[in-house]
Amino acid sequence: MTRIDAKFADLKAKGKKAFVAYVMAGDPDYDTSLEIVKGLPAAGVDIIELGMPFTDPMADGPTIQLAGQRALEAGQTLDKTLAMARIFRETDDTTPIVMMGYYNPIYSRGVDTFLSQAKEAGIDGLIVVDLPPEEDSELCLPAQAAGLNFIRLATPTTDDERLPRVLQNTSGFVYYVSITGITGSAEAQATDVGPEVARIKAGTDLPVVVGFGIKTPEQARSIGSVADGAVVGSAIVSQIAAGKPVAEVLDFVAALAQGAHSA
Amino acid sequence: MPDDLINSYKTGPDENGRFGDFGGRFVSETLMPLILRLEAEYEKAKTDQSFWDEMDDLWTHYVGRPSPLYHAERLSEHLGGAKIYMKRDELNHTGAHKINNVLGQIILARRMGKTRIIAETGAGQHGVATATVCAKFGLKCVVYMGAHDVERQKPNVFRMRLLGAEVVPVTSGRGTLKDAMNDALRDWVTNVRDTFYCIGTVAGPHPYPAMVRDFQAIIGKEVRWQLAEQEGEGRLPDTVVAAIGGGSNAMGLFFPFLDDPEVKIIGVEAGGKGVNEKMEHCASLTGGRPGVLHGNRTYLLQDDDGQILEGFSISAGLDYPGIGPEHAWLHDIGRAEYVSITDKEALGAFQLSCALEGIIPALEPSHALAHVMKIAPDLPKDHIIVMNMCGRGDKDIFAVAQHLGFDMA
Repeated sequence: MTRIDAKFADLKAKGKKAFVAYVMAGDPDYDTSLEIVKGLPAAGVDIIELGMPFTDPMADGPTIQLAGQRALEAGQTLDKTLAMARIFRETDDTTPIVMMGYYNPIYSRGVDTFLSQAKEAGIDGLIVVDLPPEEDSELCLPAQAAGLNFIRLATPTTDDERLPRVLQNTSGFVYYVSITGITGSAEAQATDVGPEVARIKAGTDLPVVVGFGIKTPEQARSIGSVADGAVVGSAIVSQIAAGKPVAEVLDFVAALAQGAHSA
Repeated sequence: MPDDLINSYKTGPDENGRFGDFGGRFVSETLMPLILRLEAEYEKAKTDQSFWDEMDDLWTHYVGRPSPLYHAERLSEHLGGAKIYMKRDELNHTGAHKINNVLGQIILARRMGKTRIIAETGAGQHGVATATVCAKFGLKCVVYMGAHDVERQKPNVFRMRLLGAEVVPVTSGRGTLKDAMNDALRDWVTNVRDTFYCIGTVAGPHPYPAMVRDFQAIIGKEVRWQLAEQEGEGRLPDTVVAAIGGGSNAMGLFFPFLDDPEVKIIGVEAGGKGVNEKMEHCASLTGGRPGVLHGNRTYLLQDDDGQILEGFSISAGLDYPGIGPEHAWLHDIGRAEYVSITDKEALGAFQLSCALEGIIPALEPSHALAHVMKIAPDLPKDHIIVMNMCGRGDKDIFAVAQHLGFDMA
């Protein structure tokens, strides 16, 4: 059982929905970013998605693109992102950390090297946007073998015929992308999302968490009410982009968490 | 499989879209169902005579194919060695090879019921070709172009707008071709249901590299029979040379000759200010290493941490940090040779072509020509080189004037 499995079991026992927060590692700089990440569990975050900056984030809107650029300009590297997780783990051994990003920095490091480093740093799962099931042998299967969850994205274009293929080899949870689009764009509607989550749940026992297009505590609550959890990324990153002090960023996160937890 | 295909270089890609270890389908899940549909649709079209009849008709009457195979007599004489032919794809409608591929993709898009076409463009040639064919078929067209390229390719921007396309200047990254491709992919993810992404080169997720190659292969197929007509039955080129950004004109020329071991194949990358540690070039094969970007594994310009580097070239059409996966494979197995040419060498070739042949070449084929200038003098007179004159230089005269210190204002 990974930390992700344990977290969902715990939430289920308490009858609560998961609140998942995304931040870009190293945004706006390493120290501030580490301080924010360390403060997330106390703000009510159940699972941390730690973005790995990449020069060419094809699935991200301007908010996350710019966050990645800020991080890279501030000198963020894959080593530093792993170091953040390692330091976080010194004081928190239960909150799952999922690394989210694109394949090239991982491929460049070497899959086996990366997996052993990630595992050692206390990473629990991976979301890699540009690795569909067709490329499972690249990273998904080696990651599962190394004891890391590989969390797959399901989308509104994933039809019934394709869904089993997407769900196969997924572990930890399923991340339902609520819109056809990039991060931080259109708003997710619970009325659209509900039936889709049900469709996915008919094919898997894994929790289904919904992300893309959730910006407010109210949306987190309404999406949370039709799924096992809600992810917020761009809205939090916007606070960091605006130069808000860490305490204010965490207050904003706490309000979102409360929204999701009241679902 | 027939015996003669077992050792063929022309059987790729495999069912997973791989050329050796290169290629693949590294895209987000949102796009996967569409990419699989596109592949199925293309597989169907490939063997559908009515599809190729429509292509042939448009190639003949709309594009002006076949393009001439021209013996560059004065240039050959000047260099004093090999006999040089130019494949005149700059004479195509819209002034470059790009339209060969666009026609194929737009016909497919129409078959798939897509009503909105998006494209990325560097020098603007692919954007102009896409806008042109969209105008002809009454399709909505949106072209993503790096803000930096919008600035240095103003005539093509205006051309696209005249043709009814919306040109979106891309400001992310350094505002060049790679960034335009990122934004086109973002648009596609957002509008996946009604939109067809018309990729301009032999890169991107499978089936694009194979599909674009197949549409461009008309170039090499014509060279085969044209050379036989001019030089005698069975005469093949000794060397074929083409410039490479993503590599579509080169794949189009090379592909029909892959299984003729006597034909030497040379791809010319953009060396910018020189292939050095400062990375002021776009020579992915010479100065890069394998990575994953824009849906495929190929050679990329990248740093030690897997971050993509911006290429540098005088030619906006070659300014891309990657290269088509089939080229990466041909490089690794040694079937083709890849070299690089600097901005300065390309400018020299540009001027020589104007002066000796009365042909103003685009900066992209000027790179190919510059390499021909290097090798031709040492080759015997009966050695035939075919270089792909894949685009005309009208779009580049402002940039060239600037480099030569000529005031156009």
